[in-house]
Amino acid sequence: MAEFAQYIINGLSQGGTYALIALGYTMVFGILQLINFAHGEVFMLGAFTGLYTSKYAGLAILGTFNRLLTGSAETASTGAAILTAIVIILVAMCVCAAVGFCVERLAYRPLRASPRINLLITAVGVSLFFQNAGQLLFGSDPKAFPDLFENLEPWTFGADENLIVINPLQVFVFITAITLMLILRHVIFHTRLGRAMRAVSFNHDLASLMGIPTNQIIAATFMMGSSLAGAAGVMVGMTYPKVEPLMGSLPGLKAFCAAVLGGIGNVTGAVLGSFILGLAEALLSGYGTPTYKDALAFTILILILLVKPSGLLGVNRTEKV
Amino acid sequence: MAPSGSNNEQSGQTGIMSLRWWIVGIGIVWLLNAWLPELISPYFFQIIVLAGINVILSVSLNLVNGFTGQFSMGHAGFMSVGGYLSAFITTSLVASHPELMNDPVAGVVIFAISLIMGGIAATAVGYIVGLPSLRLRGDYLAIVTLGFGEIIRVIFLNTNAVGGARGLSGITKFTTFGAVYTAALITVFCIWRVVHSAHGRILVSIREDEIASTAMGVNTTEGKVRAFAMGAFFAGVAGGLFAHYLTTLNPGTFDFNRSFEVIIMVVLGGMGSISGSVVAAIMLTVLKEALRPLQQLTGVDLRMVIYSLVLIIMMLARPKGIFGTSEICDLFREKLSRRGKHPDGGSA
Repeated sequence: MAEFAQYIINGLSQGGTYALIALGYTMVFGILQLINFAHGEVFMLGAFTGLYTSKYAGLAILGTFNRLLTGSAETASTGAAILTAIVIILVAMCVCAAVGFCVERLAYRPLRASPRINLLITAVGVSLFFQNAGQLLFGSDPKAFPDLFENLEPWTFGADENLIVINPLQVFVFITAITLMLILRHVIFHTRLGRAMRAVSFNHDLASLMGIPTNQIIAATFMMGSSLAGAAGVMVGMTYPKVEPLMGSLPGLKAFCAAVLGGIGNVTGAVLGSFILGLAEALLSGYGTPTYKDALAFTILILILLVKPSGLLGVNRTEKV
Repeated sequence: MAPSGSNNEQSGQTGIMSLRWWIVGIGIVWLLNAWLPELISPYFFQIIVLAGINVILSVSLNLVNGFTGQFSMGHAGFMSVGGYLSAFITTSLVASHPELMNDPVAGVVIFAISLIMGGIAATAVGYIVGLPSLRLRGDYLAIVTLGFGEIIRVIFLNTNAVGGARGLSGITKFTTFGAVYTAALITVFCIWRVVHSAHGRILVSIREDEIASTAMGVNTTEGKVRAFAMGAFFAGVAGGLFAHYLTTLNPGTFDFNRSFEVIIMVVLGGMGSISGSVVAAIMLTVLKEALRPLQQLTGVDLRMVIYSLVLIIMMLARPKGIFGTSEICDLFREKLSRRGKHPDGGSA
């Protein structure tokens, strides 16, 4: 039982990061019907931004918060560590939003009128460009992420047989992911920007006839999706303290599978699908064969396309001429 | 390609379609096969062999990505299915019957059969992968084929019969210049004939407008799956040739970068142009070697950065590729007919 609980906790934490990536996929797909292959690379760039921010400014920020909270820069406190992590995540989110804006402006917008296959090829090209340019820029060897939470002990419940270990970082990741998702939900369903986004995703031409600046809304969607991926990048970097230029492609693709599982274009579906995928992966590596873990997401994808192509929460939309 | 290109101007569309010239071409290939390895250095010989394999890959992918307008990113996956299976067949046969190695004819027959078996296995897998994703819009295929490459890698990694993570080694080097270019000529011939048949027009109609095509009574899913399975067959054969040239295989041999190289050949040559794919395949194989000094100089692999930038810029500036949907011979014919119309014009 304790074993099972442990897998569930790992799965939820993994599912949270998938969800943050999947949201970007599903938002961009909802508004442009484009699989933004470069999204996984935005996630990677977020992790690297987090790495370099915490490497060069992390101690200074930590010291400032320590002084504010405890009066002395030397005394470590959990609160200061959490605040530092939040600042680093915000920096990565801003950088990734800028990257998302540039990608949309330079690569996707000029092609918006062209056939969809051209957009798709461009997306693949952008993704590979970031992967390989990342290897040139950062080096292809994995880099260690500085540990901000080094003074924190893992929380343990139960004893010997029924021991459950919870890393405070996992809890932090989970709570941050849920918070960001709630903020996103609020933006999409309760603000003017969100209403405009939903209108554009419903019909570009009609939305622009109603006076909605379509281009700006699409750019905003890219920026929001990319910033969430950036946040996920920092959190993954913190949890598995290793960052490398190719780290984005596999989680990116898996998150896309999760988005399709939940129903692509559907925000709630993306979150649901991601948690299902995270849990399934954790249980498979726990009880089954961990070596098959990476193939699970794609197997789920093929099965869901075979059984219910619109996904768990998606609605079937007929294609109109 | 050489005999087809030069003969088209004289005998028109029927000339290039006739089997005769292709058989002559295969004959020339086998004549060259005898003395080419002695004539040129092993390095250039390797480039020529790899160019032939890349021609098979890019022309067969063009059937899916170019003519049918679907976007497959799993060509390396089908290569690995064909490569592993054919290598498994030949290595186990050679291990159980070592005397077969002394008979060159038996070797060629075994190799040919193993290649065809590899192709058939790739076709079967392509059918299974293609059926769910090809019922839907094109972009799902991209992600499913990408995921399929990952699934197949994980499966080979966990299969001890083909060496697992260590890989399969000690494969007999059956692949020769003749084998590669015979396969390349057969591939180009088959795909040329398919594309210029009624079935090919179905594929082009799917690319141009799927809804209109359905309205005309075309079973679009069936057409797409057929094209996809056929592309997978030739990818499997190319994988077999590649495996018997490298003589070792491991699950990382056919990674996504290989699929991507083939995609960029198709896009660069022109989606829907067979001769464009051939030219781009040869060009990029040579370019890859030509860029090697640059890699040694800088110490980093700049090739993929250049390739991906080329792809993006190509899409922005000339999305139809070098040749678009026309063939080399079309361009020649256009030039000739223009000259005929303006005999005093001088410039064409």
